[in-house]
Amino acid sequence: MMNKDTVHIQHELDIVQARQKGREISKKIAFGTVDQVRITTAISELARNIYLYAGSGDISIEEIHDGNKKGIKISAVDQGPGIADIRKVLEDGYSTSGGLGAGVPGVKRLMDDFSIDSAVGKGTAITAVKWLK
Amino acid sequence: MRIPILKLNDMLLVSIQVVLDDQSALMLKEDLLQKIHVTGAGGVVLDLTSLDIIDSFIAKVLGDMVSMAELMGAKVVITGIQPAVAITLIELGISLPNIMTALDLEKGIELLRNAVIDDE
Ligand SMILES: Nc1ncnc2c1ncn2[C@@H]1O[C@H](COP(=O)(O)OP(=O)(O)OP(=O)(O)O)[C@@H](O)[C@H]1O
Ligand SMILES: [Mg+2]
Repeated sequence: MMNKDTVHIQHELDIVQARQKGREISKKIAFGTVDQVRITTAISELARNIYLYAGSGDISIEEIHDGNKKGIKISAVDQGPGIADIRKVLEDGYSTSGGLGAGVPGVKRLMDDFSIDSAVGKGTAITAVKWLK
Repeated sequence: MRIPILKLNDMLLVSIQVVLDDQSALMLKEDLLQKIHVTGAGGVVLDLTSLDIIDSFIAKVLGDMVSMAELMGAKVVITGIQPAVAITLIELGISLPNIMTALDLEKGIELLRNAVIDDE
């Protein structure tokens, strides 16, 4: 059984939509309560970043398998301005919008695997995976 | 969606019962400050029992709300943060320093009563 869903992020309320999808799918995969909150919070951070910095983009949430491991993969893809200094964005407290700067480093901590691919003027793709233990 | 703010003696009670989107959070902040101003309330209990996540944006709005209310002379107690939400907040790297918290609404009201009385 595969679950894959994409939520297009363009309006602020799409962030809530993405969050609810993430909650639904992580529940279906049978993640525990704390992991469900971790996953949903990570999605919220990534969706808001798309909305704030790129204007629009997509959040995809899917169930993945690796041998007999099961997990959830979140992909956040946009064609926004991109990130010039990825190392800075990974630091706690770095924000260009007066935010707490907790989003990106927070997602990295909340999830098991994390990667950023970004090019200035082209866009950003962030992938984060959580494995069911 | 507008979140109702109830008045109980010299206290304001807010219990968030809806899915909290960004606009609703910002509106609550403004409504609450306005209500503190109009009623002269000395304390606010903000119950988050039904909040299923707190991300960095909501955390910032909550933190700002508490600092602004205190600037106006009202003490705020946050109650009912779910265990999974508390764990996630800390892992996100967010602590809500200097914010009074209590387990539930009842304990929050009690804590606030004591804090306001201590001040008088
Ligand atoms: N999708 C994106 N496209 C372009 N820039 C981005 C994107 N996501 C994040 N950034 C940049 O990285 C910085 C850090 O992001 P992060 O989410 O960690 O913090 P924040 O959004 O500024 O604040 P917070 O998430 O705590 O409210 C942002 O301020 C922004 O400059
Ligand atoms: Mg962010």
